[in-house]
Amino acid sequence: MNAHNLTEASMLATTTRGGRKDGEVILDVQNISLSFGGVKALTDISFNVREHEVRAIIGPNGAGKSSMLNCINGVYQPQQGSITFRGQTFRHMNSRQVAEMGVARTFQNLALFKGMSVLDNIMTGRNLKMKSGLLAQAFRWGPAEREELQHREFVEHIIDFLEIQAHRKTPVGRLPYGLQKRVDLGRALAMEPQVLLLDEPMAGMNVEEKQDMSRFILDVNDEFGATIVLIEHDMGVVMDISDRVVVLDYGKKIGDGTPDEVRNNEDVIRAYLGVEH
Amino acid sequence: MGFFLETLFGGLMVGMLYSLIAIGFVLIYKASGVFNFAQGAMVLFAALAMARFSEWFPLWFGFQSQILANILAFIAAMAVMIVVAWLIERLALSKLVNQEGITLLMATLGIAYFLDGVGQTIFGNDIYKIDVGMPKEPLMVLQNTFQGGLLLSQEDLIAALVAAGLVVVLAIFFQKTATGRALRAVADDHQAAQSIGIPLKRIWVIVWSVAGFSALVAGIIWGSKLGVQFSLSLVALKALPVVILGGLTSIPGAIIGGLLIGVGEKLSEIYLGPMFGGGIEIWFAYVLALVFLLVRPQGLFGEKIIDRV
Amino acid sequence: MFYRENGQFKSSYRADQQIFPIAQDRLAILVLLLVAFVVVPLGVSDYWMRAILTPFLILSLAALGLNILVGYCGQISLGTGAFMAVGAYAAYNFQVRIDGMPLIASLLLGGLCATVIGVLFGIPSLRIKGLYLAVATLAAQFFTDWAFLRIQWFTNNSSSGSVSVAGLNVFGVPIESPAQKYLFCLIFVSVFALLAKNLVRSAIGREWMAMRDMDVAAAVIGIRPVYAELTAFAVSSFIVGVAGALWGFVHLGAWEPAAFSIDRSFQLLFMVIIGGLGSIMGSFFGAAFIVLLPLLLNQLPGWLGFSISTALASHLETMIFGALIVFFLIVEPHGLARLWSTAKEKLRLWPFPH
Repeated sequence: MNAHNLTEASMLATTTRGGRKDGEVILDVQNISLSFGGVKALTDISFNVREHEVRAIIGPNGAGKSSMLNCINGVYQPQQGSITFRGQTFRHMNSRQVAEMGVARTFQNLALFKGMSVLDNIMTGRNLKMKSGLLAQAFRWGPAEREELQHREFVEHIIDFLEIQAHRKTPVGRLPYGLQKRVDLGRALAMEPQVLLLDEPMAGMNVEEKQDMSRFILDVNDEFGATIVLIEHDMGVVMDISDRVVVLDYGKKIGDGTPDEVRNNEDVIRAYLGVEH
Repeated sequence: MGFFLETLFGGLMVGMLYSLIAIGFVLIYKASGVFNFAQGAMVLFAALAMARFSEWFPLWFGFQSQILANILAFIAAMAVMIVVAWLIERLALSKLVNQEGITLLMATLGIAYFLDGVGQTIFGNDIYKIDVGMPKEPLMVLQNTFQGGLLLSQEDLIAALVAAGLVVVLAIFFQKTATGRALRAVADDHQAAQSIGIPLKRIWVIVWSVAGFSALVAGIIWGSKLGVQFSLSLVALKALPVVILGGLTSIPGAIIGGLLIGVGEKLSEIYLGPMFGGGIEIWFAYVLALVFLLVRPQGLFGEKIIDRV
Repeated sequence: MFYRENGQFKSSYRADQQIFPIAQDRLAILVLLLVAFVVVPLGVSDYWMRAILTPFLILSLAALGLNILVGYCGQISLGTGAFMAVGAYAAYNFQVRIDGMPLIASLLLGGLCATVIGVLFGIPSLRIKGLYLAVATLAAQFFTDWAFLRIQWFTNNSSSGSVSVAGLNVFGVPIESPAQKYLFCLIFVSVFALLAKNLVRSAIGREWMAMRDMDVAAAVIGIRPVYAELTAFAVSSFIVGVAGALWGFVHLGAWEPAAFSIDRSFQLLFMVIIGGLGSIMGSFFGAAFIVLLPLLLNQLPGWLGFSISTALASHLETMIFGALIVFFLIVEPHGLARLWSTAKEKLRLWPFPH
């Protein structure tokens, strides 16, 4: 299956990791601060993300990683700071706007639509691109039916890519956790995102499943050309697949750089391993 | 001005009566998360039991005293309500524990229909009297301040006092007793309560019995006022906007909501009614609740519904 | 061994996405439609068509509309009777006040009026959720109860709110006899069922189900919650409104506000729940159950050989009805539609056990 006809828009330089050109800064997070009542979840966080790179956000539990993604995504509105996406600066992101601009995400706790099949779940990711009106859908006229079939074809490519063909008609609630995570990814991919936010995509997986998921993520990065922002706890995975890493602790940024730079950063070591007495 | 005050008081009284029924809703919702559509049917059932027992006991046991009849009838009716509570828990609730809200709501509707049918089969479907010695003559007060004085219904006054008394008793029960504490724990989190050894089933039987008790009290008050008949369960539908206004989880909310609805209804009928052609009582309470909800979706004292991602 | 998908390969997405992908299902539906359109009007008694099949069809339509709101979009509505009433009275006004108004146009316009009211009451649903919304929909119910009784304009100045229609015809073809009324309703119901099925398997259907299952995630995908909820209310009320108009015009002929009271709302909700939430077919099952049950209960004493007073009979009916509802909810909360699909699964395997 030639994966290049999947995204008409992205013309990629290379498909190998080392040789890929990282592009311009596509997402720039500036001085974001977020509080819930008295609790400060994020304090003055700034970092940027380059096009086509794999950017990891790591940190101990409760560091504010998911909150950061939620801010980028428009689920939370930060009290201070701004986010620049492709040159446009926003004080607040609106979920739908963000989706339209090409940002998709997966969720830590799998926000899948339990009542629908795998196929339907991924099809919902295509909703933004479906233009038929209500009446057209009711009568299923020529153009409406064609559009539905067109999008079905695209979703089937994604299903092939994620190797979940056997489960396409199964209600997602019945699938094992690992497969559900793939459906979550599939739904995000269906949006043809330019930036993909992955919230702990490997949580709860064994070694084999993690290898599969890593392969999918890298393939998405290579073949779809999507920029990946990834929250992950497994250090091995992070060091292996990311280009650059941001480290958060207690809502503050304590490290930013390549995996090697971050690995040797004292603050980061202290945050994870504690202080030597 | 005098007329306004009379209407106001009348509204407050009616409001207290609505609250009596609403309290039953809140009790059950707080403790089991079930929205008990059968509360109205329970009120009717309890009232029927009371009315008929007070009629039958003198005949069966051969005594004359009305007071004795009433006391025995009350005890018997309460016993019946406890049995009903136990049956509901055993046959319906425990089997439906993990279902969604709408399924439980439908189940209580089914129970309501069932209770209606059973009640009328066992106790009959005429209009029955409850005579607990409520004074029927109105009271004239404040004859010096207002010309002719204000007309207050003694019956309604006593009903209001009883409702207030019931609330105090319930409040003490919830705050001060061990069972009350257990009930509050269950209301907060079923699983946590279970894990510290609170017997969930027994708690639910207790809650539904207490709701049955408040239904009985409400039934006696309303039945004494209106006579015990089928339309009593329709009156209970009025309690819904009360609960919505006050918040599904708050007993003080049920009182305040009741007062607001009662006053609102009476005043609107008198002052707004003519503009609309009369009879707006049937929808005013609901529209008021709806408008309120737009401003405060969880009701006055209800808990905010939090969506977690 | 008769009900198998073996050998039925789909070589196009279009084939895979048909409403009835299995050939045996298609055959069954064809047979059903044949029976419904041809055999019934010719062979079934007038009483059955007038008293059982026509109300069943119209109530199925109303249940279908309600199912879209409750089953597919996850909202609770206790005021369905109100929307039926709006449809009926609006259609009445169009029919009576405008000379030469075609019947079908009146019915559809009645549905559109119900849509407007439906959308109006759908707006609070964005702020109010769950049980609070359920009780808020009761406001619609009681308000329309009152409006059609007291506001004289709606009922062409009838003092009791009762109105009647006569001489129904579609381009000269009369809709008078039970068979004609039955066929008229059948055509409406078939068309609407098809349109509804198309909607729920398209993008908008998925939006509704997404809102039902997890609305926060839906927003993040780019689904507009407002659009999804309001369209659910709109489509649902349209169908319910048309059903109401059909109920008044075709089934009752003459009606008053009490025909659309809160009992009707509860009845429709029961149909949807027992039939199966989120299932088009379920709406039909539910309607059949609710329509046939009282009949069955009425006949039962006769079959068993004893008779009881009418008052007692109606009480027993209420009791058994309530008990059956609870029983059903315990045994199969997903309704008859789920029982049906489970039966089909077993049929697929028959005669093998697994």
